[in-house]
Amino acid sequence: MKALYFAWVRERVGLAEEELAPPASVATIAELIDWLRNRGENYAAAFGDDRTVRAALDRRHAKPHERIAGAREIAFFPPMTGG
Amino acid sequence: MRILRLQKEPFELSAEIASLTAGRDVGALVTFTGLCRHEGRLLGLEIEHYPDMAAAEIARVVEEACGRWPLDGVLVIHRYGLIRPGEPIVLVATTSRHRGEAFAAAEFLMDYLKTRAPFWKREHTRAGLGEWVGAREEDAQAAEKWGS
Repeated sequence: MKALYFAWVRERVGLAEEELAPPASVATIAELIDWLRNRGENYAAAFGDDRTVRAALDRRHAKPHERIAGAREIAFFPPMTGG
Repeated sequence: MRILRLQKEPFELSAEIASLTAGRDVGALVTFTGLCRHEGRLLGLEIEHYPDMAAAEIARVVEEACGRWPLDGVLVIHRYGLIRPGEPIVLVATTSRHRGEAFAAAEFLMDYLKTRAPFWKREHTRAGLGEWVGAREEDAQAAEKWGS
Protein backbone atom coordinates (compact mmCIF):
# COMPACT_ATOMS: atom_id res chain seq x y z
CA MET A 1 0.00 0.00 0.00
CA LYS A 2 1.02 3.57 -0.54
CA ALA A 3 1.81 5.59 2.58
CA LEU A 4 1.72 9.38 2.66
CA TYR A 5 3.17 11.56 5.41
CA PHE A 6 2.27 15.18 6.05
CA ALA A 7 3.57 18.18 8.03
CA TRP A 8 5.88 17.27 10.94
CA VAL A 9 5.20 13.56 10.46
CA ARG A 10 6.67 13.93 6.95
CA GLU A 11 9.67 15.85 8.28
CA ARG A 12 10.43 13.34 11.01
CA VAL A 13 10.04 10.30 8.77
CA GLY A 14 12.10 12.06 6.10
CA LEU A 15 9.79 11.02 3.28
CA ALA A 16 6.60 12.41 1.74
CA GLU A 17 5.49 8.98 0.53
CA GLU A 18 6.60 5.39 0.13
CA GLU A 19 5.30 1.91 -0.63
CA LEU A 20 4.70 -0.25 2.45
CA ALA A 21 4.52 -4.03 2.47
CA PRO A 22 3.78 -5.00 6.07
CA PRO A 23 3.56 -8.69 7.03
CA ALA A 24 0.11 -10.29 7.08
CA SER A 25 0.13 -10.20 10.89
CA VAL A 26 -0.25 -6.41 10.73
CA ALA A 27 -4.02 -6.02 10.54
CA THR A 28 -4.96 -2.62 11.97
CA ILE A 29 -3.72 0.96 11.77
CA ALA A 30 -2.42 0.73 15.35
CA GLU A 31 -0.46 -2.41 14.43
CA LEU A 32 0.92 -0.75 11.31
CA ILE A 33 2.12 2.18 13.43
CA ASP A 34 3.84 -0.23 15.84
CA TRP A 35 5.47 -1.98 12.88
CA LEU A 36 6.66 1.36 11.47
CA ARG A 37 8.05 2.47 14.87
CA ASN A 38 10.34 -0.55 14.77
CA ARG A 39 11.67 0.28 11.33
CA GLY A 40 13.93 3.09 12.51
CA GLU A 41 14.47 6.06 14.77
CA ASN A 42 12.92 8.42 12.23
CA TYR A 43 9.63 6.50 12.40
CA ALA A 44 9.82 6.22 16.19
CA ALA A 45 10.31 10.00 16.37
CA ALA A 46 7.44 10.65 13.96
CA PHE A 47 4.91 8.43 15.71
CA GLY A 48 6.06 9.04 19.28
CA ASP A 49 4.69 7.09 22.21
CA ASP A 50 1.13 8.34 22.16
CA ARG A 51 -1.72 8.59 19.70
CA THR A 52 -1.18 12.16 18.56
CA VAL A 53 -0.64 11.15 14.92
CA ARG A 54 -3.87 10.75 12.94
CA ALA A 55 -4.51 8.44 10.01
CA ALA A 56 -6.69 8.32 6.93
CA LEU A 57 -7.48 5.22 4.86
CA ASP A 58 -8.20 5.94 1.22
CA ARG A 59 -8.71 9.63 2.05
CA ARG A 60 -11.12 9.15 4.93
CA HIS A 61 -10.33 9.69 8.61
CA ALA A 62 -9.76 6.38 10.32
CA LYS A 63 -9.34 5.22 13.94
CA PRO A 64 -6.41 3.13 15.21
CA HIS A 65 -8.50 -0.05 15.56
CA GLU A 66 -9.62 0.02 11.90
CA ARG A 67 -8.33 -2.70 9.58
CA ILE A 68 -5.99 -1.82 6.74
CA ALA A 69 -6.84 -4.79 4.48
CA GLY A 70 -8.04 -3.61 1.08
CA ALA A 71 -6.87 -0.01 1.49
CA ARG A 72 -4.71 1.36 -1.31
CA GLU A 73 -3.55 4.50 0.45
CA ILE A 74 -2.86 5.31 4.08
CA ALA A 75 -1.89 8.76 5.26
CA PHE A 76 -0.38 9.85 8.57
CA PHE A 77 -0.49 13.42 9.82
CA PRO A 78 -0.69 15.64 12.92
CA PRO A 79 -4.00 17.03 14.18
CA MET A 80 -5.28 19.46 11.58
CA THR A 81 -4.78 23.21 11.83
CA GLY A 82 -6.55 24.60 8.78
CA GLY A 83 -9.34 27.14 8.63
CA MET B 1 -25.60 25.45 -5.46
CA ARG B 2 -22.35 24.16 -4.01
CA ILE B 3 -18.97 25.67 -4.78
CA LEU B 4 -15.87 24.07 -3.22
CA ARG B 5 -12.39 25.22 -4.13
CA LEU B 6 -8.81 24.72 -3.02
CA GLN B 7 -6.49 27.37 -4.37
CA LYS B 8 -3.14 29.09 -3.91
CA GLU B 9 -4.31 32.54 -4.96
CA PRO B 10 -6.11 35.07 -2.75
CA PHE B 11 -9.82 35.55 -3.35
CA GLU B 12 -12.13 38.53 -3.45
CA LEU B 13 -15.06 38.22 -1.07
CA SER B 14 -17.56 40.30 -3.05
CA ALA B 15 -16.87 38.48 -6.32
CA GLU B 16 -17.20 35.08 -4.64
CA ILE B 17 -20.49 35.73 -2.90
CA ALA B 18 -21.99 37.25 -6.04
CA SER B 19 -21.99 33.77 -7.54
CA LEU B 20 -24.18 32.56 -4.65
CA THR B 21 -26.75 35.32 -4.90
CA ALA B 22 -26.87 36.53 -8.51
CA GLY B 23 -30.28 35.85 -10.05
CA ARG B 24 -31.41 33.87 -6.99
CA ASP B 25 -34.21 34.50 -4.55
CA VAL B 26 -32.06 34.41 -1.41
CA GLY B 27 -33.20 35.80 1.93
CA ALA B 28 -30.08 35.27 4.03
CA LEU B 29 -26.37 35.23 3.25
CA VAL B 30 -23.82 34.53 5.99
CA THR B 31 -20.10 34.68 5.32
CA PHE B 32 -17.10 33.84 7.46
CA THR B 33 -13.58 34.78 6.38
CA GLY B 34 -10.53 33.52 8.24
CA LEU B 35 -7.49 35.80 7.90
CA CYS B 36 -3.79 35.38 8.45
CA ARG B 37 -2.66 37.32 11.53
CA HIS B 38 0.62 39.18 11.83
CA GLU B 39 1.11 38.66 15.56
CA GLY B 40 3.96 41.15 15.47
CA ARG B 41 6.43 38.74 13.93
CA LEU B 42 5.01 36.65 11.11
CA LEU B 43 5.85 37.09 7.44
CA GLY B 44 3.02 34.70 6.80
CA LEU B 45 1.76 31.15 7.14
CA GLU B 46 2.72 28.28 4.91
CA ILE B 47 -0.22 25.91 4.56
CA GLU B 48 0.43 22.31 3.62
CA HIS B 49 -2.50 20.14 2.57
CA TYR B 50 -3.44 16.67 1.38
CA PRO B 51 -5.09 17.69 -1.89
CA ASP B 52 -7.30 14.73 -2.72
CA MET B 53 -8.48 14.18 0.82
CA ALA B 54 -9.03 17.89 1.45
CA ALA B 55 -11.41 18.10 -1.49
CA ALA B 56 -13.21 14.90 -0.44
CA GLU B 57 -13.42 15.87 3.23
CA ILE B 58 -14.77 19.36 2.52
CA ALA B 59 -17.38 17.79 0.23
CA ARG B 60 -18.39 15.40 3.04
CA VAL B 61 -18.68 18.24 5.56
CA VAL B 62 -20.78 20.29 3.12
CA GLU B 63 -23.00 17.25 2.49
CA GLU B 64 -23.49 16.88 6.24
CA ALA B 65 -24.43 20.58 6.56
CA CYS B 66 -26.94 20.31 3.72
CA GLY B 67 -28.51 17.34 5.49
CA ARG B 68 -28.94 19.31 8.71
CA TRP B 69 -30.24 22.63 7.37
CA PRO B 70 -32.30 23.70 4.34
CA LEU B 71 -29.60 25.66 2.50
CA ASP B 72 -29.89 27.23 -0.92
CA GLY B 73 -26.17 27.54 -1.43
CA VAL B 74 -22.81 26.72 0.15
CA LEU B 75 -19.43 28.11 -0.83
CA VAL B 76 -16.15 26.94 0.69
CA ILE B 77 -12.77 28.20 -0.47
CA HIS B 78 -9.60 27.14 1.35
CA ARG B 79 -6.16 28.35 0.35
CA TYR B 80 -2.81 26.60 0.60
CA GLY B 81 0.79 27.68 0.10
CA LEU B 82 2.20 30.94 1.45
CA ILE B 83 -0.37 33.33 2.90
CA ARG B 84 0.64 36.84 3.96
CA PRO B 85 -0.69 38.63 7.05
CA GLY B 86 -3.99 40.30 6.28
CA GLU B 87 -4.78 37.92 3.43
CA PRO B 88 -7.76 35.57 3.60
CA ILE B 89 -7.17 31.86 4.28
CA VAL B 90 -10.66 30.44 4.22
CA LEU B 91 -14.12 31.56 3.14
CA VAL B 92 -17.36 29.87 4.12
CA ALA B 93 -20.62 31.30 2.83
CA THR B 94 -24.13 29.92 3.22
CA THR B 95 -27.43 31.09 1.81
CA SER B 96 -30.95 30.17 2.85
CA ARG B 97 -34.45 31.63 3.06
CA HIS B 98 -33.98 32.83 6.64
CA ARG B 99 -30.96 33.74 8.76
CA GLY B 100 -31.10 31.04 11.43
CA GLU B 101 -30.07 28.13 9.26
CA ALA B 102 -27.47 30.17 7.35
CA PHE B 103 -25.78 31.26 10.62
CA ALA B 104 -25.87 27.78 12.12
CA ALA B 105 -24.63 26.05 8.97
CA ALA B 106 -21.72 28.50 8.54
CA GLU B 107 -20.59 27.95 12.13
CA PHE B 108 -20.94 24.18 11.78
CA LEU B 109 -18.94 24.20 8.53
CA MET B 110 -16.09 26.15 10.09
CA ASP B 111 -16.03 24.06 13.26
CA TYR B 112 -15.89 20.86 11.20
CA LEU B 113 -13.37 22.15 8.67
CA LYS B 114 -11.03 23.18 11.48
CA THR B 115 -10.83 19.68 12.90
CA ARG B 116 -11.43 17.47 9.84
CA ALA B 117 -10.01 19.12 6.71
CA PRO B 118 -6.37 18.04 6.18
CA PHE B 119 -4.50 21.34 6.27
CA TRP B 120 -1.49 22.18 8.43
CA LYS B 121 -0.19 25.68 9.14
CA ARG B 122 3.41 26.55 9.64
CA GLU B 123 4.81 29.91 10.71
CA HIS B 124 6.93 31.78 8.24
CA THR B 125 9.29 34.28 9.90
CA ARG B 126 12.38 36.27 8.90
CA ALA B 127 14.46 33.28 9.90
CA GLY B 128 12.59 31.12 7.40
CA LEU B 129 10.11 28.35 7.98
CA GLY B 130 9.50 27.99 11.70
CA GLU B 131 7.16 26.13 14.02
CA TRP B 132 4.13 24.12 12.98
CA VAL B 133 1.01 25.64 14.48
CA GLY B 134 -0.44 23.36 17.16
CA ALA B 135 -4.06 22.22 17.17
CA ARG B 136 -6.24 24.04 19.70
CA GLU B 137 -8.35 22.15 22.19
CA GLU B 138 -11.05 24.84 21.78
CA ASP B 139 -11.41 23.82 18.12
CA ALA B 140 -11.97 20.18 19.03
CA GLN B 141 -14.58 21.20 21.62
CA ALA B 142 -16.32 23.49 19.11
CA ALA B 143 -16.68 20.60 16.66
CA GLU B 144 -17.91 18.21 19.37
CA LYS B 145 -20.84 20.43 20.32
CA TRP B 146 -22.59 19.49 17.05
CA GLY B 147 -22.70 15.79 17.92
CA SER B 148 -21.72 13.11 15.45
